[in-house]
Amino acid sequence: MRITKKPEVSRKEEIKIRTLSILFALITSGLFILILSHNPFEVFAGMADGALGNTHRLKSTIIKAIPLVITSLGISVAFKMKFWNIGGEGQILMGAYLATVVYRTFPDLGRPVMLLLMIIAAMIGGGLWALIPAFFRAKWRTNETIITLMMNYIALKWITYLQYSAWKDPNAMGFAKIAPYGDNALLPKLFGIHIGWVITLILIMIMHFFMNYSKMGYEIAVLGESENTANYAGINVPKTIITAVFISGALCGITGFVQATGVSGNLSVQLTAGVGFTAIITSWLSNLKVPVILVVSFLFAALVQGASYIQIAFGIPDAASTILQSLILFFVLGSEFFIRYRISFKKNK
Amino acid sequence: MILTAAFFSAAIVAGTPLLFATLGEIITEKAGNLNLGVEGMMLMGAVMGFMVGLKTNSPFLAILAAAVAGGAGAFIYAFLTVTLRANQVVSGLTLTIFGTGFSGFIGKGLVGEIMTVDIRKFFAPVEVPLLSKIPIVGQVFFHQDMFVYLGYILAVLLGIYMYKTSKGLNLTAVGENPAAADVASISVSMYKYLHILLGGALCGLGGAYLSLVYVPAWQENITAGRGWIAVALVIFATWNPYKALFGSYLFGGLDIIGFRIQGSGLAVNQYFINMLPYLVTIIVLVTISFRKSKKNSPPAGLSVPYFREER
Repeated sequence: MRITKKPEVSRKEEIKIRTLSILFALITSGLFILILSHNPFEVFAGMADGALGNTHRLKSTIIKAIPLVITSLGISVAFKMKFWNIGGEGQILMGAYLATVVYRTFPDLGRPVMLLLMIIAAMIGGGLWALIPAFFRAKWRTNETIITLMMNYIALKWITYLQYSAWKDPNAMGFAKIAPYGDNALLPKLFGIHIGWVITLILIMIMHFFMNYSKMGYEIAVLGESENTANYAGINVPKTIITAVFISGALCGITGFVQATGVSGNLSVQLTAGVGFTAIITSWLSNLKVPVILVVSFLFAALVQGASYIQIAFGIPDAASTILQSLILFFVLGSEFFIRYRISFKKNK
Repeated sequence: MILTAAFFSAAIVAGTPLLFATLGEIITEKAGNLNLGVEGMMLMGAVMGFMVGLKTNSPFLAILAAAVAGGAGAFIYAFLTVTLRANQVVSGLTLTIFGTGFSGFIGKGLVGEIMTVDIRKFFAPVEVPLLSKIPIVGQVFFHQDMFVYLGYILAVLLGIYMYKTSKGLNLTAVGENPAAADVASISVSMYKYLHILLGGALCGLGGAYLSLVYVPAWQENITAGRGWIAVALVIFATWNPYKALFGSYLFGGLDIIGFRIQGSGLAVNQYFINMLPYLVTIIVLVTISFRKSKKNSPPAGLSVPYFREER
């Protein structure tokens, strides 16, 4: 057996292989459902119904998709550069933290000013948190994977400290929670959904332009391909790393802002709901392409929403959606091999 | 008083699941693979060990099931990263997500169940003759359960294997420079597979320690982030199994000291103590890269897929 690199892969073939891999993932999970003695088609239909079946469910799905899209945008900027930012969780929390600092320092601002200051603070919070590993990477080539990961937990412990001790709401009747925001720090709604969805669409347009048509976006892509080429082309490598990672963290910070002011109404340790990790999957599945992120994130949100529905309808634990998500990614990860390489069988002499 | 013999003894117990997972990740990374699926494999081991223990009432089958479950998780990762050359970071993270879902799914009906009396008795602390009579040291180290003793033995065995045997040196070669190892007719893929699988089995055992001995009942997400601490510990121990022994017990101590400090009324912030393992890991990693010291560096081929035809 010989494995050779494919010289050029047509877009059509790439899409074919990816679609096949998702199909295989669905068949595998279908078999799994069959073992649990349910009809897989009924269960899948149930999931679709639970996610999209009526306006209320569709709204829930969109609300779940919003943080996923924004965080995926952030993650993919860093991944494009082969900077493995797996610190989305921490950057989301620190963004929400700094936004909350603004709220607690100036609690009486009018809503537009308040929200504007909070989103800026959130971008700075998430961006700076991401900048720490970027600095070490740019200066001493310290492996950023582990550091971004560790910083998730430092951020989480910090918010835990605030929630259970320093900022514990005395009016919460003994519950350990941080005081909710006033109305002036809550995102307004448009068509029944908090305007995080408008922010999301705007960010998609900005990032699409930034990644594909700006000089910086081009430099990020070159650096991701090869640091040597980047140096050769006269790209300022440390500056590019620092800027791109700041943007990556800032976007995650915006997720923190949107979730805190639009969904939970306060800062809390549960704010991220694992989005920082799920976004890594969605970014990868989207091949780090901005418009695709929107589609994949929405489908993933539908998966989560649908799973909580089949838990009630079929008694299948909602952890099934987590399994399904990871199965899809396993298959897509594996399929990339067949996009990049060709296998030919030859008799050994 | 906090730092009593009873505290150190408890620190070793708290450090034991970390030790198994850390040793598992050390040999995985030594083979040049960064597997971020530790948390997932621990959860798979924890839930399978618990379920089989509950159903069969056999400690051996429970342990076997845990090791197999962890190894099975590692197999998915190995197949993706070694055979199909997929990205290691993303594959490992996906394994963690898969393991979390898997344990949540299987464990749904087990929540609140308590491990059988027989198995709990089987894993009760036993005194080592003579050694346990040494003042303090005996009480801390030699009045423990069998998992703890297995942890000591494994760490030492792995150390001997890695530093004193030719197979262990081959392993280092595979992790440092797979192309050179390949030229020296070491089977790179086989080494990677074997060590990733063994690593996964050890992670599974670490998880089973939690569900069979430490807790010993089923609760959702029983590992509570210990898999990530293990990833951190690998760096803290600079890929050295002996240092992993020390590091695991130290981090185990940090894990439980918070409650004790709270109980004693000292004005030390337990939340900041909980941050320490992660903070220390960052400091170690930055220091290593800053000094560029060869001795304590990660394996040079870590998370770089090896492809003979691209050599």
